[in-house]
Amino acid sequence: MIEARDLTKRYGEKLAVDHLSFTVEPGRVTGFLGPNGAGKSTTMRLILGLDHPQSGTATINGRRYADLAQPLRTVGALLEARAMHPGRSAYNHLLFLAQTQGLPRSRVDQVLDLVGLREVALKRTGGYSLGMGQRVGIAVAMLGDPQVLMLDEPVNGLDPEGILWIRNLIKQLASEGRTVFVSSHLMNEMAVTADHLIVIGRGSLIADCSTQEFIERSSEKFVLVRSPDAARLADLITAEGGKATIRDEPAAREQAPQVPAGDTHGVPAARGPAPELDVTGLEAPRIGEIAAANRIVLHELTPRLASLEEAYMELTADSSEFGAGGASARPQPAAGGPGTQPGSGSPGEHSPGDPTRVTAAQERAE
Amino acid sequence: MTSTSPPIAASQPAVPPPAHHVGFGHLMLAEWTKIRSVRSTLWTLLLFVVVTLGLTALFTWLTVHAVNQGKASGRAASIVADPTGFILGTGLGLGQLAICVLGVLVITSEYSTGTIRASLLAVPKRLPMLAAKAAVFSVLVLVIGEIVAFGSFLIGSALARSLVKVSLSDPNVTRAVVGAGLYLTVLGLFALAIGNLIRHTAGAVTTVIGLVLVIGPLLALLPYSWGAHIHEYFPTVAGALITADHQQSNQLLSPWQGFGVFCLWTALLLAAGAYLLQRRDT
Repeated sequence: MIEARDLTKRYGEKLAVDHLSFTVEPGRVTGFLGPNGAGKSTTMRLILGLDHPQSGTATINGRRYADLAQPLRTVGALLEARAMHPGRSAYNHLLFLAQTQGLPRSRVDQVLDLVGLREVALKRTGGYSLGMGQRVGIAVAMLGDPQVLMLDEPVNGLDPEGILWIRNLIKQLASEGRTVFVSSHLMNEMAVTADHLIVIGRGSLIADCSTQEFIERSSEKFVLVRSPDAARLADLITAEGGKATIRDEPAAREQAPQVPAGDTHGVPAARGPAPELDVTGLEAPRIGEIAAANRIVLHELTPRLASLEEAYMELTADSSEFGAGGASARPQPAAGGPGTQPGSGSPGEHSPGDPTRVTAAQERAE
Repeated sequence: MTSTSPPIAASQPAVPPPAHHVGFGHLMLAEWTKIRSVRSTLWTLLLFVVVTLGLTALFTWLTVHAVNQGKASGRAASIVADPTGFILGTGLGLGQLAICVLGVLVITSEYSTGTIRASLLAVPKRLPMLAAKAAVFSVLVLVIGEIVAFGSFLIGSALARSLVKVSLSDPNVTRAVVGAGLYLTVLGLFALAIGNLIRHTAGAVTTVIGLVLVIGPLLALLPYSWGAHIHEYFPTVAGALITADHQQSNQLLSPWQGFGVFCLWTALLLAAGAYLLQRRDT
């Protein structure tokens, strides 16, 4: 079990980890998710005692890393950057680490077999591919047969076959009752490996829940409604207990003056696209009934499902370290998804359902 | 899944239980594995042996030749007045730089390659790792250093036989030759300490070589008594006193005192480095 309590790390002016608290339980794969620069690697280094936090504590099975007598027998770690001398063979790298823990040479052979590097183990690691280097890192992590594993971006640089191998290894290690903490900046990778997710952005906790819960919560259903009388419909939907947000599209704004307020008899479609509404909390049939009862013309009524990756991007957009205002940090989302809303990357503005979700996450982070 | 994807037998057969205590010996063994498993160790030590013995032989032979022809003057003539100092001063004067480089590399290569993270994850208390590294490295340099010091002296004294008779049984000569090996050992630790402080190979090598080859000799030019004190208490200058078989008339420190001063400087730098090692992020 890994416990982080109130971890804070500042590099000069930059706050890398901000009062972060979480627990990583044994027996399941815990994904550590966040955009690049969110503080994942720093958090792992703090837990491993490589960096010193300004405040807070991190313990592994109840003890600080520095207090572990034979740490590699308790914790196996794969750090993001390659941490070996290019002129030293993989065998000798593993051998010296084994010797520090009083492990026999035979254990070095075992982990080399485990990662499939037995044949090249005596070659210098400088000539290894990225994937081979990653396998050496896995071998190092497994050297002491530890109960706790911390893997920072383990699939980086691996080919599809290697990725599959890592996924299976990670799952098996967790099924053996070990604590497995795996970081990634890829939501889809975590969706297939992790049982539980800890999501951070800008060093703060955004979510700490099961992957299933995260997916359900993130893949929230909403209904896209297009109507020339969107404002009135929005009020009616709100009165019915739904939640409606008018999309703030520049194109829609330009068209707006052409649509006289209260024109319940509709406007020819040829006059331009009508304003759009994102509605949550009400099903499409009910929205249609409301519109009909109030004689509001609908141009479109489409139930939608946000994809997981989009939801994750949305969640972390404001906390993305290297994005220009968050907007460039997100890939081009599928048309019609909530991510297509212009302006949704600016602070304080979220797609329907998001305000509650983010607030809840922020409350948890307090 | 092909042959490159082994079965996921993560933990079988099981690792022996962590019953026995892991001691300093294990750490020294690990440091020995580190130091012997990179080529730079072999190359620098090879360079040290070849350069030291080669230059000692070359300079002694050339000087003897010149003196015999009556063409030697100044420093070359000192081979007659101070044969031990001459023999130990020529080859080792340049060869010692290889020890400086190795001492720096032993620690800075860990930082430049990221190995330090693996090392510190294995030994999170950090200090035992540094201590084991210093211990293993100093034993290695002591052994090689003594062999080369005695080798240099034997080659040099044999070549100078026609000119001047000098042997290990002469007063203080054995102390000077043994001292040369000791000086090299502490010099290696001195370089390791600076490498541990600076953490960058190029910066640390430049610093150490600058101190040994430039600053040390330069301080000899300082005037007055305080100048002489600064010069003689300078780490490498003080340390080198032990490699001379007789004292200069104006010498402030005895050979062993000088060696002690060098040891103190080195201990101070190692302590500062140990303190920073504990505090720094890596």
